[in-house]
Amino acid sequence: MHATKAAKGLLALSQQEELVDLPTNYPLSASEDEGDGDGERKHQKLLEAIGSLSGKNRWKSAERSEASLKVSEFNVSSEGSGEKLALSDLLEPVKPSSSLTAVKKQLSRVKSKKTLDLPLNKGEVERIHREVAFSKTSQILSKWDSVVQKNREAEQLVFPLEKEPASFAPIEQVFLDWKARTPLEQEVFNLLHKNKQPVTDPLLTPVEKASLRAMSLEEAKIRRAELQRARALQSYYEARARRMKKIKSKKYHKIVKKGKAKKAIKDFEQLRKVDPNAALEELEKIEKARMMERMSLKHQNSGKWAKSKAIMAKYDLEARQAMQEQLAKNKELTQKLQVVSESEEEGGAEEEEALVPDAVNEAQMNADGPNPWMLRTCNRDAQEDEVQAGSNELPEPVAHEFSENEGNEKPEAEEDVLMKEFEERRSLRKRSKLNQDAKPVGGQDSATKEVLSELKALSQKLSKDNRLSKKPKESPAKTVLLVQEEEPAPEEEEPLLLQRPERVQTLEELEELGKEDCLPNKELPGAAVEGEQVRRKPQEELKGKKKEQMISLQKLLTTRTPSVTSVAVPTTVEEQEDEVERDQKQMIKEAFAGDDVIKEFLKEKRETIQANKPKDLDLTLPGWGEWGGMDLKPSAKKRRRFLIKAPEGPPRKDRNLPNVIINEKRNIHAAAHQVRVLPYPFTHHQQFERTIQNPIGSTWNTQRAFQKLTAPKVVTKAGHIIKPIKAEDVGYQSSPRSDLSVMQSNPKRRSKHQKQLKKSSID
Amino acid sequence: MRRSHVTGRGPRKAEVACLPEGWQNPNPARGSWGPRPRAAKMKVKMLSRNPDNYVRETKLDIQRVPRNYDPTLHPFEVPREYVRALNATKLERVFAKPFLASLDGHRDGVNCLAKHPKSLTTVLSGACDGEVKIWNLTRRKCVRTIQAHEGFVRGICARFCGTSFFTVGDDKTVKQWKMDGPGCGEEEEPLQTILGKTVYTGIDHHWKDPVFATCGQQVDIWDEQRTSPVCSMNWGFDSICSVKFNPIETFILGSCASDRNIVLYDMRQATPLKKVILDMRTNTICWNPMEAFHFTAANEDYNLYTFDMRALDMPVQVHMDHVSAVLDVDYSPTGKEFVSASFDKSIRIFPVERSRSREVYHTKRMQHVICVKWTSDSKYIMCGSDEMNIRLWKANASEKLGVLSSREKAANDYNQKLKEKFQYHPHVKRIARHRHLPKSIYSQIQEQRIMRESRRRKEMNRRKHSKPGSVPVVSERKKHVVAVVK
Repeated sequence: MHATKAAKGLLALSQQEELVDLPTNYPLSASEDEGDGDGERKHQKLLEAIGSLSGKNRWKSAERSEASLKVSEFNVSSEGSGEKLALSDLLEPVKPSSSLTAVKKQLSRVKSKKTLDLPLNKGEVERIHREVAFSKTSQILSKWDSVVQKNREAEQLVFPLEKEPASFAPIEQVFLDWKARTPLEQEVFNLLHKNKQPVTDPLLTPVEKASLRAMSLEEAKIRRAELQRARALQSYYEARARRMKKIKSKKYHKIVKKGKAKKAIKDFEQLRKVDPNAALEELEKIEKARMMERMSLKHQNSGKWAKSKAIMAKYDLEARQAMQEQLAKNKELTQKLQVVSESEEEGGAEEEEALVPDAVNEAQMNADGPNPWMLRTCNRDAQEDEVQAGSNELPEPVAHEFSENEGNEKPEAEEDVLMKEFEERRSLRKRSKLNQDAKPVGGQDSATKEVLSELKALSQKLSKDNRLSKKPKESPAKTVLLVQEEEPAPEEEEPLLLQRPERVQTLEELEELGKEDCLPNKELPGAAVEGEQVRRKPQEELKGKKKEQMISLQKLLTTRTPSVTSVAVPTTVEEQEDEVERDQKQMIKEAFAGDDVIKEFLKEKRETIQANKPKDLDLTLPGWGEWGGMDLKPSAKKRRRFLIKAPEGPPRKDRNLPNVIINEKRNIHAAAHQVRVLPYPFTHHQQFERTIQNPIGSTWNTQRAFQKLTAPKVVTKAGHIIKPIKAEDVGYQSSPRSDLSVMQSNPKRRSKHQKQLKKSSID
Repeated sequence: MRRSHVTGRGPRKAEVACLPEGWQNPNPARGSWGPRPRAAKMKVKMLSRNPDNYVRETKLDIQRVPRNYDPTLHPFEVPREYVRALNATKLERVFAKPFLASLDGHRDGVNCLAKHPKSLTTVLSGACDGEVKIWNLTRRKCVRTIQAHEGFVRGICARFCGTSFFTVGDDKTVKQWKMDGPGCGEEEEPLQTILGKTVYTGIDHHWKDPVFATCGQQVDIWDEQRTSPVCSMNWGFDSICSVKFNPIETFILGSCASDRNIVLYDMRQATPLKKVILDMRTNTICWNPMEAFHFTAANEDYNLYTFDMRALDMPVQVHMDHVSAVLDVDYSPTGKEFVSASFDKSIRIFPVERSRSREVYHTKRMQHVICVKWTSDSKYIMCGSDEMNIRLWKANASEKLGVLSSREKAANDYNQKLKEKFQYHPHVKRIARHRHLPKSIYSQIQEQRIMRESRRRKEMNRRKHSKPGSVPVVSERKKHVVAVVK
């Protein structure tokens, strides 16, 4: 504190000394007053200094009379040099005098001006420069985005990219230069010019065009009148519709609706008489509408309205009626239609679908031959329908288009006709089946009974077997383990190349290579079968114990697990449990009220077994060796003679599993050739199937289509240098100035670099 | 050659209401023999063909075969194509003989290679003993040898016009040489020699202007006319091992330094742009010649990283398959693939968008491959290795060289498409993927697989036993980028 004060005082003194025209009786500043002792000493010093000024040795070295931290290099004492000179200090002495107003003003003006901020340090400045430059550069680069995108998606890229300038001149220009020379040419030319016959593309003369364009007055009038009439009619119709819409009477709407329905039925009847095909289509539409309705929750008693009515039903007759109506409707809608499974193919395909998403597999489904391809998919049209229903699809492969273009329209039309015929037949069959189903109820029962007795016999036999061969039983835990082992470990990204230390050189070896792959594949199903057997055993055991009892499938499928009652558990809990169980049963009953699941399943199984049985081959030719004709059939003897019995196939794997259907159509030999998982870019197996199903070879495609289908993605010409892509190649303008000139004309950076250069040369 | 597309049109049936030609009576007036006029009412159906449909115009034409495309006549299309695809794949592997030639003559390891920008047959190479050789590829001979430097030739590049080339060496000099040899009796002398203060480790020439860039302590941009750099840029203080001009936006440069970073520069504004620091050191980079903002970095951690230069915080793709440091990388001029040379004595070809290589080349005698180049017609690959040889490979291992007839070409295309179509089928896939590898690489791959697996397992365990979210799953692409410096 003291030091600063002293310094201030000294400053003030020196000011006093310098400003000569200051009045001498100027009162000392307050600060000076306070520092008495110090001031005294300083005064002495000052006096001495003044005295020495006048003396001879003007630059007499200052004597150090006190300890000072700040010793200047030069002889002047640097006391107070660390202090800043504030403007206010300068202004203070000026205050009282009025003659110095000009100076004061000047000084105050200086005071009002702000000083500049410190410049940023070098590193930060450079960083900002870099960021700006980077954003600029990436902006320049982003113009290439579209080009890159286009090139990546291009069907075909031909390198080198730069094209030769097209040398084709428009034909008009060619004609301008050309002159008729020979007499014949001149004659032709004259003729053409007389008629103003155009030489280029539009082949009509202007006059012809005009006449074509023109329309007679009558015609125009008629047309106008027509238009007017149509407009008027439209407006009337609209007005009417609006009016109808405003009517609030419910009864009216009901009547309208009923009328509409009646009319629709009438129309349909008429249509059936006139055009059965169209009627069928209509029927299908209605069916679809029904399905949609069924899918919706409208009649499920879950709506707000239904709930409120349910509450009111107790008291209100009307509400009860409404509710009943709705229930009836619901029942009608949810009634399950008997759908006859068309053939085993569809069912099989659906089962397999989840496992193997592949066209190939589906083809294989039909045949048990060693080659997966041996049978073509004959249910293609059905698949196509599915595909149409399928969600997102890849753009259809080009092959499809070509085949259509190149004139397959005729066969397609034929196909359509065939399809329709099939459909008709199918619907007929359905109807007859339905009738059959409706008639004999007892018939089915007898069938189920048959199955039951069969099963019983089987189970008895099995239990005997079991007793004969008392093998050590495997615990179910083991099967679980087995199953776990079968699961493939999650793989990381598969390398593109399969690298191994021995070389494969010949075709045979390559053949081997292919086979190796299918080995684990073969093992897999085996393991699965094993697991199955192991799993089967405990079940068989169970059956063996109850051999006396009548085994009913119904019971098997719906048996409840025997609950073990212990003494410790209070009985109330059990009761609760029972209640819960009853509830559940009730629920299940309600859920499957309409349809008999078990019966259906049995039927399905029987059908699949029937379908998979090898079929006998009938080689009888009617009319050979006997009379032939319309109603004559070959004799029984002959039929017996020419019937080749199919050999009994291996026993079914699911013969002892009442509630399982094992599909036996999967061919492990073919499976080795099939794709197991949907490959990456495809999102649906149907997309993938379609790429496989469309042939690309010249056997199936015309020459042009074949060329287009097999066009390679990248074409390079031998011996041509491919240069990097240029802005001009893709229609952009490249900067006319060279990079070097741009760099040199950048003044700021240049000066900096020159500086740098200089610096480096100094170093 | 006229070749109309004959669809399944059979021979035409002509209904002839009069006498057929052969039966015509030459003189009906006489009427002593031959059929009576009553026969003229007989209807005869006759086959007649238009000779245009089956006669060749010239002898050189192929016989025209009428085709019937009725699908019922050509059943089993999928199985038949599958078999064809399988055969094509097998034949591809049988005919895969990529090695073409070995150019020997260097007396030390080949350190750098350069392509001639205007000629496909000329290749330049620099060796570790300071020798530069110019090769003629068609004759497979060295046409010129220059003792260019003392010590290594660190970098070599040709001028964009192909009249001269530049070399840098361990003797701190940059030398410019004429592409053509000296005349008779003349000394082999450089056109220009610049003596620098520090060692230059790499050089690259601008694609359009008389400017070249060298690297060493810093990146210097030189005007060809001057002996001092026009500007020099540096960021950090580490030795820069390679510098490359962007071939499309030619003012952008990329460099990689031994402190694990890749730095991008803008030559026009004379400033660095951005820097990305990776796990390990990048040996060199190469720009995609068709995509201005993509470049690929060959890294010491056995991987290659393709970056979009506008988003450096995550590489677009990580390419892995090498089992040792990757030393060099070069793009195919089509920009669809690149080739990488590795310390593991092999070179690999990667498709740009795939993370795994499609091909691996090696020979018994090839040692550590130091440099690799893809020729500018995109058909061949050259690599220079430690054991003083430059090897020439086909870029497509089973491609037939020489002129192909149009039918051969068509068959080729068809086979390619078939392979592509059935590439997911297990047998085809397996055969197409199979490669023979030397034992060293094979065992290395196995070892690294085990290591990777154990690392993955450990991470999984750690994640399982720590607080959820505290050990996040980091994708492979993000894992290797340490930082991006603005």
